[in-house]
Amino acid sequence: MDKKIYTTEEIQAIADSIRKQILGIALKTGGCYLAQACSSAEIVASLYTNVMNLGPSEGPGEPIPFPGVPGPDNMDYPKGALYNGAPAPDKDRLFVSCCHYASVIYSALSAVGRLCPEWTEKFNVDGWNMEMIGAEHSPGFENTAGSLGQTISIAAGTAWARKARGDSGRNFVMLGDGELQEGQTWECIQAASYYKLDNLIVVIDANGQQVEGKIEDQMNVEPLVDRFKAFGAECVSVDGHNIEEFEKAFETEHKDKPLVVIGRTKGYTGMKPLEKRWPFLHFVRIGKEDREEFQKIYDEM
Amino acid sequence: MKIETNTHEKNILRLAEEHPELVVLSADLGTSCEVKSFRAKYPDRYFTLGIAEQNMVSWAAGLAREGYRPFIHTFAVFEYRRVLDQVEMSVAYPNLPVVFVGFVPGITTPGGVSHQSINDVAVMRSVPNMAVFDVGDATDIDYILDIAYNYNGPAYIRQLRKDVPRLFPADEPVVFNRARVLSEGDDVVLLSSSICTEEAMRATAVLKERGVSVQHMHVTTLAPFTDPTIVDAIAKAKYGVVTIENHLKTGGLGSATADLMAEHGLGKRLIKVGLDGYAHGASKMYLMEKYGINAMKLVKAVEELTGKELNINNEDLQEVRFVDFLEV
Repeated sequence: MDKKIYTTEEIQAIADSIRKQILGIALKTGGCYLAQACSSAEIVASLYTNVMNLGPSEGPGEPIPFPGVPGPDNMDYPKGALYNGAPAPDKDRLFVSCCHYASVIYSALSAVGRLCPEWTEKFNVDGWNMEMIGAEHSPGFENTAGSLGQTISIAAGTAWARKARGDSGRNFVMLGDGELQEGQTWECIQAASYYKLDNLIVVIDANGQQVEGKIEDQMNVEPLVDRFKAFGAECVSVDGHNIEEFEKAFETEHKDKPLVVIGRTKGYTGMKPLEKRWPFLHFVRIGKEDREEFQKIYDEM
Repeated sequence: MKIETNTHEKNILRLAEEHPELVVLSADLGTSCEVKSFRAKYPDRYFTLGIAEQNMVSWAAGLAREGYRPFIHTFAVFEYRRVLDQVEMSVAYPNLPVVFVGFVPGITTPGGVSHQSINDVAVMRSVPNMAVFDVGDATDIDYILDIAYNYNGPAYIRQLRKDVPRLFPADEPVVFNRARVLSEGDDVVLLSSSICTEEAMRATAVLKERGVSVQHMHVTTLAPFTDPTIVDAIAKAKYGVVTIENHLKTGGLGSATADLMAEHGLGKRLIKVGLDGYAHGASKMYLMEKYGINAMKLVKAVEELTGKELNINNEDLQEVRFVDFLEV
């Protein structure tokens, strides 16, 4: 079956649906990682449509009870990566490092038909697999990423193994920009460059915010493009809300080098009332006083 | 006592030949961990990842996810302290078969506190899914890689390098989660691991001459620690139990034994011989003497348990010792 090519409008519609769905969760529960949905909606929507080459989902399609902690007697539980399709030599893989974005990933899976729309009913519900911060068993997740900086290395190890095997599929890893403060990120880029892992594609939602505020006020990570290039990767920086520009970034020539695509974004895109709270948007709470304003946005979406 | 040299090197080459998916990773210490010839023979299966252990551990997890069998080689201390989060989240939680081969464990290095893994057993034993092994002689080294390879999950090995005595018959394999009985008796149970077993053998020989009946068992598997033969031996011990380890007294063999005794309701005395705190840089023999991880300390412990004066002096305990480690 040929891969479906989505129009920009279709991708934008998916991005919009992600924002709406996550806002719906925020309204229902009083708060969630809403700004991450607003900053990454176009990035994630593009990845799950035209950018990545994934096989059909092999996941259960709907939330399941937490399948247990992995261990010698529990290795065959349904893996979160199954929702991205069965592993195959020509297929791409996605490693989500910024696992606070779990709801965004679930929402994107749902928007492209890999997860039922009712997933929101089991999101962050005790005893279910749709956890707020994803792990091995969470839909769309390859690994347990909550401790930042590690997933890029896991993806690189995987990329090396797949390259050695002759797989043509690429290995995407999605990061936030705050995570670039972790030393391991740079240990990995130097190693991935050294091993010429041109099948490793790093995607960054550079929303410029972290828990305590603006990234540049906590610990500067710029100039990112220069830094990645200095460590041996190819790197491009684009508007992460511009779907066409973002998609095109993946066509960048990166022979023998990992490719880093930085999507510059804002955590309040499509959610005007958040702008005045920026950069304190790590976890957005919607109190009584804001409810009406956000409800109105939701209803108009 | 026969001294064997570079036993790990021979075994990793053998295992690599048997298992083409076995790969070795190192952070600039491969030549200090007996994999120089592995690198020469299998350059495509040897990862030099620079002096960057955190990336190395997570990278190994990625390889393991794709069916490779990574054997990480560096000093023991760099495989648990600096990288504990990577060990836990990248490897142990998903129960990936990554083998951490940790060299110069405890005070077998003169490299000082930064190089001495004195609480690695305590830390690694507390990591779910992780098997922990501590080798004490060349026969242990001969069998431990296969045991770790066949374990269904991650494994940590405190490995000895270069000149190591062969204390046990080469044709008597190490058995997973089973202690090796070196002497039978029912006055006192003596459990030893790592380089301390040689000390314990020396002590046991003299103690027997003085009429103390010692059940001496060498422990190679520290996690899991559920060996029923140890429980049975302790149940029979008239006076109590002594443990000796190349490790802090907290969280290692001694603590594991205490847990086991309590769980089985074996209300007896336990004397733990091991380190009380950080050590410093000096030769192994000097440090064993200075911190009392030696045969004489065991004799004192047995005297305390039995309440008997045994009149054993250092000359009584002298025996052929193997070559000291002098290189970092």
